[in-house]
Amino acid sequence: MAWTRKILRVDLTNGTCTAEALNMAWANEYLGQRGLATKYLSEEIDPKCDPLGPDNKLIMATGPLTGTMASTGGRYSVITKSPLTGLVACSNSGGFIGAEMKNAGWDMIIFEGKSPEPVYLYVENDGAELRSAADIWGKTVWQADEILHKKHQDPQLRIACVGRSAEAGCLYAAVVNDLHRAAGRSGVGTVMASKNLKAVAVRGTLGVGNIADPKGFMDAVNAGKQVLADNAVTGQGLATYGTQVLMNVINGMAAMPTFNMKEVQFAGAEKISGEAMHEPRPSDGKPNLTTNAGCFGCTIACGRISTVDRGHFSVQNKPEYWGNSGGLEYEAAWALGSDTGIDDLDALTYVNFLCNEDGMDPISFGSTVAAAMELFQAGAITQEHTGGIDLAFGGAAALVKLAELTAKGEGFGRDIGLGSKRLCEKYGMPDLSMTVKGQEFPAYDPRAIQGMGLAYATSNRGACHLRGYTVASEVLGIPVKTDPLVTEGKAGLVKAFQDATAAVDSAGLCVFTTFAWSMENIAPQVDAACEGDWSVDRMLEVGERIWNLERDFNMRAGMTADQDTLPKRLLKEAANVGPAKGRVNDLDKMLPEYYALRGWSADGQITPETRARFGI
Amino acid sequence: MRVQLELYASLMRYLPPEADRHRVRVEIPVGTTPHDLLDRYRVPREQAHLVLRNGVFLHAQERDGAVLQDGDVVAVWPPVAGG
Repeated sequence: MAWTRKILRVDLTNGTCTAEALNMAWANEYLGQRGLATKYLSEEIDPKCDPLGPDNKLIMATGPLTGTMASTGGRYSVITKSPLTGLVACSNSGGFIGAEMKNAGWDMIIFEGKSPEPVYLYVENDGAELRSAADIWGKTVWQADEILHKKHQDPQLRIACVGRSAEAGCLYAAVVNDLHRAAGRSGVGTVMASKNLKAVAVRGTLGVGNIADPKGFMDAVNAGKQVLADNAVTGQGLATYGTQVLMNVINGMAAMPTFNMKEVQFAGAEKISGEAMHEPRPSDGKPNLTTNAGCFGCTIACGRISTVDRGHFSVQNKPEYWGNSGGLEYEAAWALGSDTGIDDLDALTYVNFLCNEDGMDPISFGSTVAAAMELFQAGAITQEHTGGIDLAFGGAAALVKLAELTAKGEGFGRDIGLGSKRLCEKYGMPDLSMTVKGQEFPAYDPRAIQGMGLAYATSNRGACHLRGYTVASEVLGIPVKTDPLVTEGKAGLVKAFQDATAAVDSAGLCVFTTFAWSMENIAPQVDAACEGDWSVDRMLEVGERIWNLERDFNMRAGMTADQDTLPKRLLKEAANVGPAKGRVNDLDKMLPEYYALRGWSADGQITPETRARFGI
Repeated sequence: MRVQLELYASLMRYLPPEADRHRVRVEIPVGTTPHDLLDRYRVPREQAHLVLRNGVFLHAQERDGAVLQDGDVVAVWPPVAGG
């Protein structure tokens, strides 16, 4: 179904749930999910509000293709003002709950205010009510999920939940759905917990409907699925090796951030790679990877389901962690492994389990631990601070201990829960924080992949790979290969990726489809599902409008253009090995052109002409 | 002259038994190109999507002309992506 034209507004302060009509004028300008929810957020809250106060709102939003038969059409996003960055947050997740929301008849759910007591929202089709969460507050995501399923006696119930880290105020807490899929970045789970909202449980049985052109939609969807099936990446590669296949690629070209981004290559990368996850373990002959897994409607199925070796120190005497669960994706494996110098695949997998179980963004958690390790190396943090934990780089036991502490908000885990920026400021060495606008970096060193430096610096949610993944072009040759070491042409490349991704997200599709699909494959699916004409040009225009709206929100929140930058390390300290040896990121060569292409002033302001063009 | 060939992901099946996880050290005559090296191990050229020599990407047209030097590392992947 395309839009259900209905949203659910939940007033947590007064305990009411109210249906209202979707603003179709906005839907026509912002499509859905990321774009449309950002429009609602932008119109309904003061961007300067306290992100953890009752004036902030939190929106769970689907796109018009969410819940349809379109491949990967199971995505939903959580949109709010981030406590980590103070800017707009939009964290996207797969699994099944997005499709379930849509099948219950809702385009989005807007949460406002703050409940006086812990509650969860129970939705069954048109019925929605807040119920006491007294019995699940203080529980992990996995425990709460089990309790709610038993309570409602419905195995088909889909649940999104925050863990103990969010309750404890960890600033990068995630909203975890379906046990191990997560709206992971920017602390959206922290906002949810701040509202005393523990979980959202949804059951939808209304089915699929409201497709504008059903036959045209089936034709477009089938054509798209054929393209995905025929493509070597989306048809075979991602299912077999997952995103983790990048570990050896990025390390091989010396673009692997290592030791808190001091270095660009990690000697232990092979031991924690996608290929290594297939290797039989000496202890029991079983590989780390049990199987792949797919989200709702997905024909790619890149997800990892893994086990930890039962003899490994991290799970000894913990049989609850001996079963299969969500395994390592590349970003988690990098942050928990390479950035901390740890090459223990079992330890990383166990910590990844904990990140799922208690809802922590593994990128921000791993990067913050890496920063703490460098602070420890510099003497700014000592074992007195850590409660006796030796934080030397490479220490798997320390990583495991910190994950357990941060998950519960105990001991030095409270400091790790601050995120890298605040941690480094607290211990007097702010330059050691590898963040943009307060959010930790993902797994690509911008000294070796120049375009990614511009993508990080200008990302509307702080350092992020999913706002403009020029790695596809600069490294992988999708859609065309560009040289990762040159800056020429990268401003246009970054803008093109940013705009297209905003449109893909807002449709309710997974960005991984774009390894095979162009907008020529996506627009016909949206066009057939939705009222009106949705051409390639219109989709890209919508993407650009969304990008400008997010920028506008951030500027109104107090962001300044001088925050469109990178940490000094990446601008001043050259890469030590590999093709980029001797290079820093040449952001200053790309940023002015980027501003010009965006229709912004030389000092990064959205010009009146650009505002008029997009109706902002 | 010796070089190192590294094969990853689904191309690992073309590694010889003596390979160490991903890599094999190879004696090659002067004038050997990356394509010569791939042919020697029967790696289908059409599956060699990402070819790095010492970490630097080689375009398809360079794989016939870029003569390998002693100590070079040639790493090869099929079409892959992630994120």
